[in-house]
Amino acid sequence: MADLRINEAGLKRDERLEWLKLFGLSSPAILMVLVVLVLPVGWLFYVSFIGANGEFSLENYERMINRKSYARIFTTTFQISFLTTGLCILIGYPLAYFLSQLPPRLANLGLITVLLPFWTSLLVRTYAWLVLLQKRGLVNDWAISLGLWDEPIKIVHNMTGTLIGMVHIMLPFLILPVYGAMRAIDLDLMKAASNLGANPRRAFWGVFFPLTLPGLMAGSLMVFILCLGFFVTPAVLGGGKVIMVSMKIVSNIELFVNWGAASALGVVLLVLTVVILWIASKFLNLETATRGGGH
Amino acid sequence: MLKWWTSPATETQVTHGQRLWLYVISVIIMILLVTPTLIVVPMSFSDSQYLEFPPENWSMRWYQFYFGSEEWMRATWTSFKAAFLTMLVATPVGVLAAYGLHASKVKFVRATFVLMLTPMMVPVVLIAIGAFYAYVQMGILYTIMGLVLAHSVLALPLVVIVTGSALKSYDMSQEEAARSLGAPRWKAFLTVTLPQIRFAVVTSALLSFLTSFDEVVVAMFVSGGDNPTLTRNMFNALRDQIDPTIASISTIMILITTFMMVLAQMFGQDKRRK
Amino acid sequence: MAGVTKTYGKVHALDDVSLEVKSGEFLTLLGPSGSGKTTLLMVLAGFTRPDCGSLKFGDEEVIRKPPHLRDLGMTFQSYALFPHMSVAGNVGYPLRLRRVPKAEVARRVEEALETVQLGGFGERRIDQLSGGQRQRVAVARAIVFEPRILLMDEPLSALDKKLRDQMQIELRHLHEKLGMTTVYVTHDQREALTMSDRIAVVNHGRIMQLATPRDLYERPANRFVADFIGESTFLDVTRRSDGVAVEETPLILSEPLPEARDLVMMIRPERIRLSETGPQDGANNFAATATEVVYQGDSYLLHADLAGGKQIAMRGAVTGKSVSSLPASGDKITLTIAPEDTVLIDAGEV
Repeated sequence: MADLRINEAGLKRDERLEWLKLFGLSSPAILMVLVVLVLPVGWLFYVSFIGANGEFSLENYERMINRKSYARIFTTTFQISFLTTGLCILIGYPLAYFLSQLPPRLANLGLITVLLPFWTSLLVRTYAWLVLLQKRGLVNDWAISLGLWDEPIKIVHNMTGTLIGMVHIMLPFLILPVYGAMRAIDLDLMKAASNLGANPRRAFWGVFFPLTLPGLMAGSLMVFILCLGFFVTPAVLGGGKVIMVSMKIVSNIELFVNWGAASALGVVLLVLTVVILWIASKFLNLETATRGGGH
Repeated sequence: MLKWWTSPATETQVTHGQRLWLYVISVIIMILLVTPTLIVVPMSFSDSQYLEFPPENWSMRWYQFYFGSEEWMRATWTSFKAAFLTMLVATPVGVLAAYGLHASKVKFVRATFVLMLTPMMVPVVLIAIGAFYAYVQMGILYTIMGLVLAHSVLALPLVVIVTGSALKSYDMSQEEAARSLGAPRWKAFLTVTLPQIRFAVVTSALLSFLTSFDEVVVAMFVSGGDNPTLTRNMFNALRDQIDPTIASISTIMILITTFMMVLAQMFGQDKRRK
Repeated sequence: MAGVTKTYGKVHALDDVSLEVKSGEFLTLLGPSGSGKTTLLMVLAGFTRPDCGSLKFGDEEVIRKPPHLRDLGMTFQSYALFPHMSVAGNVGYPLRLRRVPKAEVARRVEEALETVQLGGFGERRIDQLSGGQRQRVAVARAIVFEPRILLMDEPLSALDKKLRDQMQIELRHLHEKLGMTTVYVTHDQREALTMSDRIAVVNHGRIMQLATPRDLYERPANRFVADFIGESTFLDVTRRSDGVAVEETPLILSEPLPEARDLVMMIRPERIRLSETGPQDGANNFAATATEVVYQGDSYLLHADLAGGKQIAMRGAVTGKSVSSLPASGDKITLTIAPEDTVLIDAGEV
């Protein structure tokens, strides 16, 4: 043992080399995300601070504050996002609960009704609602023949239609994580609660519901974030009357070729999303939230 | 039946009868989830300009129109090509990345993982106009390559999540065993790890395919010219009027999706007894 | 292996470890969990890269060689069998990697399976095997390509006790038959004592003692080893002008006095005898009060308080004669320890 730190340099070099090789496996993915996403979005960020005269200016952001139309767009966006999330919780939670109480075999069958729309193209589902809700569509026909209302009423190309479509499209994103959380609950806990004298209602709200909260939060977060940036469904079912932020971004580019305005809106949208995710990450593990979407 | 009615449904002794409301509501929701999409199928066989249900006269005219239209056919072909190529790009890139991140448990891994999830978190519209601008600069706007690149980025988080979670439940000491027995690392991965996470890889591939095939917003911006995608054309058609051709295309897309789901299930169950 | 150090942050997982494994021997690394014994094995196998150090097989430096070029067979705690291959597929895997011709692969696989008494099991799927059978397959896979060294990482920890005892004997026989240099990791001292030619007791990333099972038990080098291997009670020893003593009791030793400044006396419960001549003073005789006597059929366990207040346990054989004369709780008794069993060790904590 002449040298106490024998082979140290070589081993350190090997360590670094191995790390580089392993990390290198991720490099194509990193490169792709950089080229397609990070750099362009960075550029949009830069453009949002350039005024019409080509110099640094806050005019794109000032416009957002000063113009009434922008305020309306943001109000609409939040309105739709909150309403959709709320409706998804109201509709999705009982269904998830129902499915979680079934024996696994039956539950899997029931889950297909959730997964089928989940996998089906967004555009196809939006189109289906357009067809169903139109003036001479199925919903109006049936409602009239059932005597719910006399005349065909307008339920599409407005807020109602947009909400119906959005809720339908977002439901699986809420149901899947909530269902997962419910399945993970140890039913003995409920038994214990009722043995200890809790009545069914108290056992549910005191024991069961709190345990499903992480799943519910994750699902709601997912739905809300997706709603904020949604484009296709409101664009088709809103009929031009419901304008959300992402639609304004698109029209800024397609109609007015105003990159500055579009970028500024995009930056605000992104910041909103990131802030919400950041706040949420303080309360729950985001990996479970994203897994719901990838399942 | 009566017995079932009064028998306890839960651990807290609520009977099935008392919970009837839950069952009724749930079934209604399930019906509402599935039927709106499926109702398009019979409608697509209608003879009429106006989509009716049930159709008064059945016909294949909208299918004939779709298959006869050079424009629709070209768009369909573009979509298939893009989806297939996206699958071929996103799957290996994502699997390698997931493996690399899983195996090198040191610096930057967390940050890289988050970076790979960003395509899922950043609003799609922003990605679309960003890519649009970047592609103009790079001269790849309206090319299949550009479209595939953008769609691969969108599919990447799905691949990384699905494969990553499969790796998490996989016993890495198997790979160590293979290496101790004389296999270089890459060979250990190919002969031992990959065969065991194959279900996740197949699922990732199918998800990548569908991600590209169904994608609208990015395609609206970066596909076009001679290479518009099916969804881009569908979306434009929807904005103008309710074209019954779309019903037939939708039916075909539902078929493809169902086929993919069945495929995923088959590969999932295959030899995976527990 | 010399001067191997591995640190994780500020924790020394291995602290300047040197160790020589003799060709053909069965060496066990024994230590509590977190002692560094598994890390040491992983350094040998090449899965853990130390900060510095040297590892030689013969004269060849291999510390920087990747695992697959080290020519080592290894078994894992979880067995790490490949569930997507048959038993024969698993065992044949290292041979196929070495491009051995097909017919020879088949022959050597069957041979290896015979060695572990699993002849004819080749076509089975892994999930059709019991825990013990899986362990054997793992061993077969690790020896089939005749590696230089066989490394085993707690191979029996997942088995139930009965099977574990049986496998210990079997692995020992296997080692005698093959004569393959084996490095074995375990936290079970009995397992180590049963199987090994030599045992290295590891703690805090250092080797506390490297010795044969017998030396380790009879002459532990320090308090940690004495405590970890077998049961023992320690009594503080004072140096006096005429020798050493515990409290007022002088000690007679069969060996020269160790050099360490502070010493303790290690007492194994089964090496204490009950003095039949009754209370008396003198060397190696301790007056005590019995506090609890537990009859266990083949032996009895006696707890007693020494004069100094220290608790001590002894175990004695039950014979027709002793059974009738067992002391009762509260009896004054005298405990005698033969000079050969009077072991003094360094009191310093390690």
